[in-house]
Amino acid sequence: MSELLLEIADDELILGWRDSEWTGIAPFLEEDVAFSSIAQNEVGHARALYELAARDLGTTADELAFDREPSEYRCSALVELRLPEWERTIARHMLYEQADAERLEQLKASDDPEVAGLAAKIDREEIYHRLHAEMWHERLKDEPRYREALEELRPLVGERNGHSPELDSLWEEMTSVRRSQPAGTKW
Amino acid sequence: MTEAQVWEALAEIPDPEIPVISVVDLGVVRDVRVADARVHVEFTPTFLGCPALEVMREAMAARIAGLGAEPDVEVVLDDSWSTDRITPEGREKLRAAGFAPPTPRGAGTTLVQLQSNGFRCPYCGSRETALENIFGPTPCRSLRYCRDCRQPFEQFKTI
Repeated sequence: MSELLLEIADDELILGWRDSEWTGIAPFLEEDVAFSSIAQNEVGHARALYELAARDLGTTADELAFDREPSEYRCSALVELRLPEWERTIARHMLYEQADAERLEQLKASDDPEVAGLAAKIDREEIYHRLHAEMWHERLKDEPRYREALEELRPLVGERNGHSPELDSLWEEMTSVRRSQPAGTKW
Repeated sequence: MTEAQVWEALAEIPDPEIPVISVVDLGVVRDVRVADARVHVEFTPTFLGCPALEVMREAMAARIAGLGAEPDVEVVLDDSWSTDRITPEGREKLRAAGFAPPTPRGAGTTLVQLQSNGFRCPYCGSRETALENIFGPTPCRSLRYCRDCRQPFEQFKTI
């Protein structure tokens, strides 16, 4: 179970990181607020999932989030990509939220009450992400660029074999502050 | 020390982001148990990414330590907190401070419902309000606009 929790936590952490790249540069202010808020939620979900996994693995959430090698992350290829184009970001958002909803539905039925409880909590917050994705999907669904982005990104949803070089550069930035001090530093 | 005394002390801790209501009004304290000099509190987060969580947890622990007891604040990561747990007093305090309280869980959270006119402006009471943004300045709030008094306002999200 801890492997599945890590898979989801890594997806949420890396996607949260990518979503946060829209802070300050979205096409309009409302979307600056929306993507910043979604990013904050996703990182919050990652933290809770890492905490649950950390109990089984005898480590801490921070160590799982930041002290592993890039090759150890289990995230999907979909969330790794830096997507500075709005229609591709919305396409990823839509594809991710659909896949995440299915996954959470299964986790909510888990025999482990802690896993099922956390999945139910995450799912309630994700409702708002899904509404946001659906709203944009409705707006863009007839735009050829958006349709192309959906087709381009769809095969990446469940792709977890190997990583793109984009994860490596993200990891460099994401962990640089933590790596600047010896392991075990109290921040 | 009694459990009632602990509840009373916790009721004086303001929410760090919306200080007009307390953590007890917010409904995040699920259980309090006192055993000798040890106080066990079950605390359920609101939104998982809310940065106020740590502040609330530390404030509760400090408050209990101030009563001369040993605090044990357990964070429960399940689905037991809902905006339905905000007390009637808490809802009224929110409204008075210009935050529209959440609608009940049972009322639903589809896009059609959020875009409907059912949400009341906390300033003038009108239902002629429109959804401006599902997301707001903190994870728990959306932005709406009142067409009658022309006032934007923050609406608590239902979860």
